[in-house]
Parts: sequence; C-alpha cells; structure tokens
Amino acid sequence: MTTEAYRVHVDPDKCQGHNRCYSLAPELFDTDDLGMASELGDGTVAPDLLDKARRAVANCPEYAISLTEVQP
Amino acid sequence: MTSRHAPVADWTSDFDHTDPTWVADPYPIWEDLRQKCPVAHSDRYGGTWLPVTHEYVSEVAYDTEHFTSRSVVVSEVRPGPEDLPAPIGVAPPITSDPPFHSIARRMLLPAFGPKPIAALEPFTRDLCRQLLKETAGQATFDAAVEFAQHIPVRVIVQMLGFPQEDADIFRHFIRQVLEDVDQSPEERQELINQGEIDAYMDNQIAEHVANPRDDLTSFLVQAEIDGNKLAPEHIRGTMVLLMIAGIDTTWSAIGASLWHLARHPGDRRRLSAEPALMDTAVEEFLRAYAPVTMARLVAQDFDFHGQQLKEGDWLLLPFPSANRDPAAFTDPDTVQLDRDHNRHAAFGLGIHRCLGSNLARMELRVALQEWMAVYPEFELADPSAVTWSSGQVRGPRTLPLRIL
Repeated sequence: MTTEAYRVHVDPDKCQGHNRCYSLAPELFDTDDLGMASELGDGTVAPDLLDKARRAVANCPEYAISLTEVQP
Repeated sequence: MTSRHAPVADWTSDFDHTDPTWVADPYPIWEDLRQKCPVAHSDRYGGTWLPVTHEYVSEVAYDTEHFTSRSVVVSEVRPGPEDLPAPIGVAPPITSDPPFHSIARRMLLPAFGPKPIAALEPFTRDLCRQLLKETAGQATFDAAVEFAQHIPVRVIVQMLGFPQEDADIFRHFIRQVLEDVDQSPEERQELINQGEIDAYMDNQIAEHVANPRDDLTSFLVQAEIDGNKLAPEHIRGTMVLLMIAGIDTTWSAIGASLWHLARHPGDRRRLSAEPALMDTAVEEFLRAYAPVTMARLVAQDFDFHGQQLKEGDWLLLPFPSANRDPAAFTDPDTVQLDRDHNRHAAFGLGIHRCLGSNLARMELRVALQEWMAVYPEFELADPSAVTWSSGQVRGPRTLPLRIL
C-alpha cells in the first residue's frame, strides 16, 4: 500500500507574521520572537493533520504557505 | 456625522470617504466601482486615487517603490517640511518606508507576538467582565460607548504603562486625528499645533526615564538603534501610533461584530450554541467588517493600470473593499461564521501588516466571548440611532442595544 506524504513550508520572504497558521495548526507551525512563522521540523504532515495543514494554507493572507506531496 | 464637503456627484470621478453616503454604507459604492473602474479618481484632498479590487489593493500594498507611507491619513494637509522626512515619518514604523521601516518595526514586533499577547488575555477578560457588570440591569444601553470602546483603550494604556484613569484622555484625541479629516487646512493645522497629546507623552516619557519598569514606554526609552537611543520624536511618534492604531480600530471591530449579531438572530444563536465557532467567526467579522482603510502618497509619477498617478497624489487603500471582492471570496457579502477559506486583508498585506493584529484578535475574541456569556440575546434598540465613524476607520460610534 502506498500512502501519500505531505510537507508544509512557509516562504520566509512572503510571511509577514499574520500568525494564522500558528493559530490554526500549532502542531505544524511555530513563530519566532518577531512573530514570523516557520514549519516545525521538516514540515512533514501526519495524515491526521492534513486537514489542518490545508486550512493553514487557505487562510494565509500572503499566500506564503505551500503544501506539497512528497515521494515516500 | 455631516461632511463639510459638497455632496459627491459621481463616485467614479468625485468620491469622498467622508461623504454621508460612504459613511453610512460604503459597500455598494465599492461594488459599483469594482465593475466600472477598478481605480477611481477624485480631485478632493488635492487629488486622491482609489483602487477597489483585491488584486489592485494587494499590488499597492506590496509596492513600496511607487508609494510612500509618509502619511497614511488622507486629509487636506500633506506632510510638511517640519515633519520628519521619509523614510522615518511622523509615527514610525507605520509612516516609515524601507529600509528604516524594518528597523523600527523589528524593535516593536517582539512585544506584539502571539505569545506575549496571550499573557494579556486574563487582564482583558477581567476588564470585559467588569464593563459588562457595570451595564447590569439596563434594558437598553449603548454597546459602542459603554462596552466596545473601553476595551482597547485600557489594554493599550496598560501595555504602555500609563495610569488607567488616563484612558479617557485619549478618546477625544483619537477622534480629532482620525475623524475630523475634512476640516480646512487651517483648522487642522491649529489642532495639530495645540500639541496637548505631545505634552502628555513627554511627561510620560520623563516619568519612565526616571522610573523604568516592565512596560512598553520603558522599553522605548531604553531601546537603541545602532548604539543610539531613539530620538524623542521617534519615541513620541511611536507611542502616539500605538494609541491611535490600537484604539479606534478594535473598538470598531468589536462594535461592528455586535451590530451584525444584533441583526442576525440565526448567527447569534449559532455562535451561542457552538462556542467552538468563535475562531472562524472572529476572522469572518474581520473580513466582512474590516475597519481600516489605509492610505499612501504616490512617490513618483507612473502609470497604474491606465491611470496616470502623479507624485504627491493621495491613494486610499480600502482593505475592506478587497475583502468584499467576489474575485477573491465566495459570496463575499454573506457572513459565514464557519468560513474556512479566509485570506482576508483586514490587517493589511505586505511589510506594513498591522503590528497589533494578534492583540486585536485577542481583544475581539475575548470581548465577544464575554458578551455572549452574559447577553446571548439582544437586538438593535433603534436601528435609526446607530451612527458610524467617518474617515478611514469604520465602526459604530453609537450602538444602542436592547437586551432580550
């Protein structure tokens, strides 16, 4: 059985610190002292967090977050 | 509020954001303009532009080369030679341009991140409970005046380390700066020259230099850029900015959310029955009733989508219009408490994203939670008595509600 694996990534050049992702999915994102967001670890999204990852993407005003399928 | 200007003849070529029609309900105007001319022009205020689509508003927000933030409040007075020049501006960092902007902003960001703001939640919750307690027993009261407006004033006064009893001083001042923009240049200059607020701030600065403590004012007087303390004008400008930007805006957002809930029993009851909806509801209120329209000055002559912008022209940046653009949002004029695709621009876009957005969100959420816990059922006591602010920050200034 193959399972799709996903990764989130915050583009630091686009992030302006709205903190929507951190608020919606703290399991996947963190913010630094300046309030700028980044993905936790390598951004791998556990299957049960995929919906949260999609919501984080769909609520970023700066279009700074990508969700991509990676080959297992 | 009545405008001191002549009525608008044609919104595409003569718009005025202080016109009573705009003040009462700007959304149909923007909808009409989105179809006719996505960049309107008016000769008022010495020449002003108005893009209304999400695409064009974004474009301006991201373009710090053709637009300067040196002044962000459209009025009859443009910044003069006596004001701090670009890139600093009178109220850094909102009036600053790159590269100075990021220096002034990075200094303030840590105080407004989600984690330090979360620490202010208990204070805010207690404050809301106290304000609601003071309304107990009244069948009708003005929720804008007796509830909404006190919350952001007292929280920012707390953050700056000013005495809580001084909170009321700022209400009068803020209305002068933000709402009396259609006064003549002479009237407005006189108002600016009075300097009362500068004197208050100078006293607070001196007091915090003598007795530093753990608050934002102490932080600003001790802060350094490249080994130098901040210029007194910079400290004062930033403090004035925090007062102005932190008060009218969130007051408006809380009031507009209550206005919506008073008129939509279905949404009110749903929010009451499903408190977990609060997070998406807060974002949806921010989208649908975004209070803040920003402004820029054109920094150099250029062609913007067929319009010839001239250096020194004003440009209004209506984020509330971008939030109602059907090209960016499904069914934009309908409030959907559970809207889960919501890239709204209520806090702006790009490098000037509202510094206080985490604070504003926390205040709005806590205010609505505490309100709904005490008053789940309410309606407008008199729809014709509701009044809206004039200028670039939009929200109810009179909101008589009847508790059911």
